[in-house]
Amino acid sequence: MSLIFYPDKCTACGLCLDACPFGVLSLEHEKLIIGQGCTLCGTCVEVCPLAALELPKEEAPSTRPQIPPDGIWVFAEQHRGKLIPVTQQLIGEARRLADALQVKVAAVLLGHQVAALATTLLAAGADKVYLAEHPALAHFCEEPFSLALTELAQRFRPEIILAGATYVGRAFIPQVAAHLKTGLTADCTAFDLDPEKRLLLQTRPAFGGNIMATIITPFTFPQMATARPGVFKIRPPVHNPTGEIIPVALTSLNDPPHSRFLAIVEEIKERLPLAEAEVIVAGGRGLKEAKNFRLLEELADLLGGAVGASRAAVDAGWIPYAHQIGQTGQTVSPKLYFAIGISGAAQHLVGMQSSDFIVAINKDPAAPIFQIANLSLVGDALEILPALIQEIKKTKLSNRL
Amino acid sequence: MRIVVCIKQVPETQDVHLDPVTHTLQRAGVKAIINPFDLYALEEGLRVKEAQGGEVTLLSMGPPQAAEALREALGYGADKAALLSDQAFAGADTWATALTLAKAIEHLGGADLVFTGKQAIDGDTAQVGPMLATILNIPYVAWARKVTFSGDKTIEVERLLDHGYDAVAVDLPAVVSVVKEINEPRPPSFKAKLKAKKENIPVLTLADLQLAENQVGLKGSFTQVVKVFPPPARGVPQNWTGTPPELAARLWARLQELGLQGC
Repeated sequence: MSLIFYPDKCTACGLCLDACPFGVLSLEHEKLIIGQGCTLCGTCVEVCPLAALELPKEEAPSTRPQIPPDGIWVFAEQHRGKLIPVTQQLIGEARRLADALQVKVAAVLLGHQVAALATTLLAAGADKVYLAEHPALAHFCEEPFSLALTELAQRFRPEIILAGATYVGRAFIPQVAAHLKTGLTADCTAFDLDPEKRLLLQTRPAFGGNIMATIITPFTFPQMATARPGVFKIRPPVHNPTGEIIPVALTSLNDPPHSRFLAIVEEIKERLPLAEAEVIVAGGRGLKEAKNFRLLEELADLLGGAVGASRAAVDAGWIPYAHQIGQTGQTVSPKLYFAIGISGAAQHLVGMQSSDFIVAINKDPAAPIFQIANLSLVGDALEILPALIQEIKKTKLSNRL
Repeated sequence: MRIVVCIKQVPETQDVHLDPVTHTLQRAGVKAIINPFDLYALEEGLRVKEAQGGEVTLLSMGPPQAAEALREALGYGADKAALLSDQAFAGADTWATALTLAKAIEHLGGADLVFTGKQAIDGDTAQVGPMLATILNIPYVAWARKVTFSGDKTIEVERLLDHGYDAVAVDLPAVVSVVKEINEPRPPSFKAKLKAKKENIPVLTLADLQLAENQVGLKGSFTQVVKVFPPPARGVPQNWTGTPPELAARLWARLQELGLQGC
């Protein structure tokens, strides 16, 4: 299938050439040439002011399957008996969507000896909790988790499944989607509904956040998405929740497994994971040496945040790779992001530019990071940081008095 | 050991950006590169081959020019490459891509170990690897930073998760996605590059696979893109200068105003 082009509408304005992320469009004698390599991403269709370009339309199958009965599911992610906050965030969002669709919200809790968490899930806004406990689910491993969630989805048939786009969610949810032969959208930052068609409109960043795309799963169920942690708000807890806790037995884990969890090799205990942090204090080459990361840690602790780093700082050995933000590290979108002594190479920007509020501190007034920062402080981070830490301590102290 | 490394040709993301004023997508002559994460997958494939024996096959799906990415990747020392290219494959979502790759791997005689990069830098989905494993009906392990053999049919994988690193045991055949921490890719070799130049890279089309036209490309996709738009604009940026104590006091006051003072 290829892009549909209406030559009589085209004025050879060239907007689509600039917009094409793949560079496959060109003009020859004012005639548009669609080269090899078009992925039908639709960016050119959006920018064309004259509607001279169109995506080929897929013919709808005569019948979309009947709407499955079991409403919206949220995968309840926990680690060692503690819920990961994206779970409650997604239950809050699922509640909003479910109320609009007039269906129920179910949290699906997979683990071993985790029953105590079920009430918290009800309090977060779930109408019911499917509780599947099994020794093979004590620690995360793709195989048992994907088999268990697939089995439950086949048995109870949800209309929508949401999960956090954590390392865990992104590892096994695609397998569940493949087992169920349905669509999956990764790392969404917004959901909406087409209530008439009961379509979940899933919006996510692409090209490192340079463009946003809205994606649907039009012909199959469940509609599935992973969602970026920290984007959706946790609702105030329901007191004395009345929802139902439904223990379920699994048969899919009876066969001998082909992969198994062995051990935790190394635990990052000291700070919360980057993906969950509302505040991230990230440092780069401008910090000059490893010991200056202590300033970042102090600031992060005062603000209840996590420490991140640019690739330059990680490559210099100042901080482990798990803290790296950017193209070859993690993508984050906290409420507040400090870029300290980070010049702002494109590879770093793509990992953090969807943060809500960005404060950049850099000596170089021409640093590219200032292009995307909300607040740009030109100066020496090693002088500004200690002063900032003092200010914050002063406030916190006077609040306590 | 039959090792397959999946490679994707991607536009260099740093060339794709938004005009800060007009918020339109700007490209300064987009350069096509090998997805950076795939180089770590390739290096791991080469290391496993060196330790265990066998053959490394590169597999990619894309337009005809993606053959260049495969040729470049062959320059690192892989044994052979195959390109999946057919207009029918265009517009494939992650499911349709994974299905096409799975059928191609079967067509090429199967694999004992498939390596993929953590994700591609254009789509950032990280979905093709796990879907590929599911379609091939073999185990998948994500985010590997270390792969060791325990016996010739089982590997032990150390992998990154949100809380730290776990070890898992995986029976082969399997699909493993790797993070950048796993190795330091070698530079391309002159000899391999010379050989790669002359290498005939076979192109597999729909006709070569056990698939119907409505199972691939846009038609075979479960998801559809309905809209593409620029990200929401940021507020008017502010530039501050001053002495460090002034800047610090002003910054802290502003963060409190905005309710961003943390906990």
